[in-house]
Amino acid sequence: MKLNRKDVEHVALLSRLELSETELDKYTGQLDAILEYIDVLNQVDTSAVEPMAHVLDIRNVMRADEVQPSLPREAALQNAPDAEDGFFKVPKIVE
Amino acid sequence: MKFETVIGLEVHTELKTASKIFCGCTTEFGGDQNTHVCPVCLGLPGVLPVLNEKVLEFAIRTGLALNCKISHYSKFDRKNYYYPDLPKNFQTSQYDLPICEGGYLDIEVGGETKRIGITRVHMEEDAGKLVHSGTISNSEYALVDYNRTGVPLLEIVSEPDIRTPEEAKAYLEKIKSILSYIDVSDCKMEEGSLRCDANISLRPVGQEQFGTKAEIKNVNSFKAVQRALEYEQERQEEVLSEGGRIIQETRTWDDSRGVTLSMRNKEQAQDYRYFPEPDLVPIVVDSEQIEAIRRSLPELPDARKARIMKEQGLSAYDAEVITATRPMADYFDALIAAGAEAKAAANWLMGEVSKLLNACSLDIRSCPVPPANLAEMIALIEKGTISGKIAKTVFEAMWNEGKTAPVIVKEQGLVQMSDEGELGNIVEAVIAANPQSVADFNAGKEKAVGFLVGQIMRQTKGRANPELVNRLLKEKLTGK
Repeated sequence: MKLNRKDVEHVALLSRLELSETELDKYTGQLDAILEYIDVLNQVDTSAVEPMAHVLDIRNVMRADEVQPSLPREAALQNAPDAEDGFFKVPKIVE
Repeated sequence: MKFETVIGLEVHTELKTASKIFCGCTTEFGGDQNTHVCPVCLGLPGVLPVLNEKVLEFAIRTGLALNCKISHYSKFDRKNYYYPDLPKNFQTSQYDLPICEGGYLDIEVGGETKRIGITRVHMEEDAGKLVHSGTISNSEYALVDYNRTGVPLLEIVSEPDIRTPEEAKAYLEKIKSILSYIDVSDCKMEEGSLRCDANISLRPVGQEQFGTKAEIKNVNSFKAVQRALEYEQERQEEVLSEGGRIIQETRTWDDSRGVTLSMRNKEQAQDYRYFPEPDLVPIVVDSEQIEAIRRSLPELPDARKARIMKEQGLSAYDAEVITATRPMADYFDALIAAGAEAKAAANWLMGEVSKLLNACSLDIRSCPVPPANLAEMIALIEKGTISGKIAKTVFEAMWNEGKTAPVIVKEQGLVQMSDEGELGNIVEAVIAANPQSVADFNAGKEKAVGFLVGQIMRQTKGRANPELVNRLLKEKLTGK
């Protein structure tokens, strides 16, 4: 076992996911299988390989410091589940 | 048991770029809620952030000014956390390859210089602002304004080298001074462009291992940082002295009540699950670029202070006050260039000039009296044309009317009376009119002299040369 139910509960909490008992069991198994598979990759000797920060061989993509128009507020709020007075409205934060 | 306090500070400073770090939205402060937002800073699906080149330049500038090593290879990472101040559920930041590492700055506390290590300086995006109905703990919902989301930030992390709340304040003042010298941030704490989180723990004196720390957030002035740390230091000492344990937690500073409070938050068990940001490519900086930025740095506060002390013979204290901000130091240099004597220039700058600037809520850059005019007035004092006391009146008139000192002195007839015969007559008249004071003086009451001087000054409308008045008065009273 690479991973147990407690790990999955922890990750679910961090991701703000509410999982049922059945789901917890199911995902523990699935995630464990994924990690087992990663173990296969871990068998490759990478000691002579430089760590890679990005898959593309591109560097230094930057833009000049110029202001561009922003979105109209109505457009910005258009997909928000809830809004009030031009603000995004979200559930209470601290328990 | 005696405890030693260990403090480390995390300073966040907003960079004064025109546009945000990864998109073209303006960084302007204020603005109607959610009007400085676009698909990139709102984190809508499918968008691609692109780094603002100015942010990189400012980060390197800051690193160099803080004596850091600049990384030739740097990258961005995602810091994952669920809090609605970020619409993406992660903050684009830097984790294991920050742009700057291993620097330091020197602070002065109680006449001693102390070096505080800088662990790292990294680039990241600012978060949005939450507006709570009621207080954070009893509100039913929160409103979010994402205008600030994506404004470029530098996080400057100190080593746990700070030992007292006073040192913490000195460190912050120094950071602010340096950031404003190198012109990368406005450093306006009231607008949130300079913010500070403080980590503090206590350990028994002599123990190597650090104690459990608390992180204090929500402190928005240097004074408040010092107060919050003083409170927290006392709180932790009390807990430990009673055999209790410090819980590692985030505490918020309540400025009005002067206490730190625990923020009971589920995310307390922090696990940010950093991973490389796939939407941004690595940053490679060569030595030539770094050296070019180094050459563009202005003279920094410490160097400027040392120079003023050496060239102008000012005390460490005076030089420190004058070089705290670059515009103040520039004004001082301009006074010297216009021929003012250094000590007098320093006194005027720290005295009347600062007093009137504060009273009018003005920055020295908008001082209505140009340095050349003030230098001219200081020269009038040196020459004895006006007294130091009258000079204050002259200076105020210069400030209010925009005229030069010689014009005001002439118009208002403020030339100092230094004629011994003329002044002698006035002194004699005052002595004759105040027999009681003379009797007091003869009875050994030195204070009586002060009263007589006051009378003479009143009669001459403050124009009498004070040294001459004192001499004449003593001569005539003692009959010498």
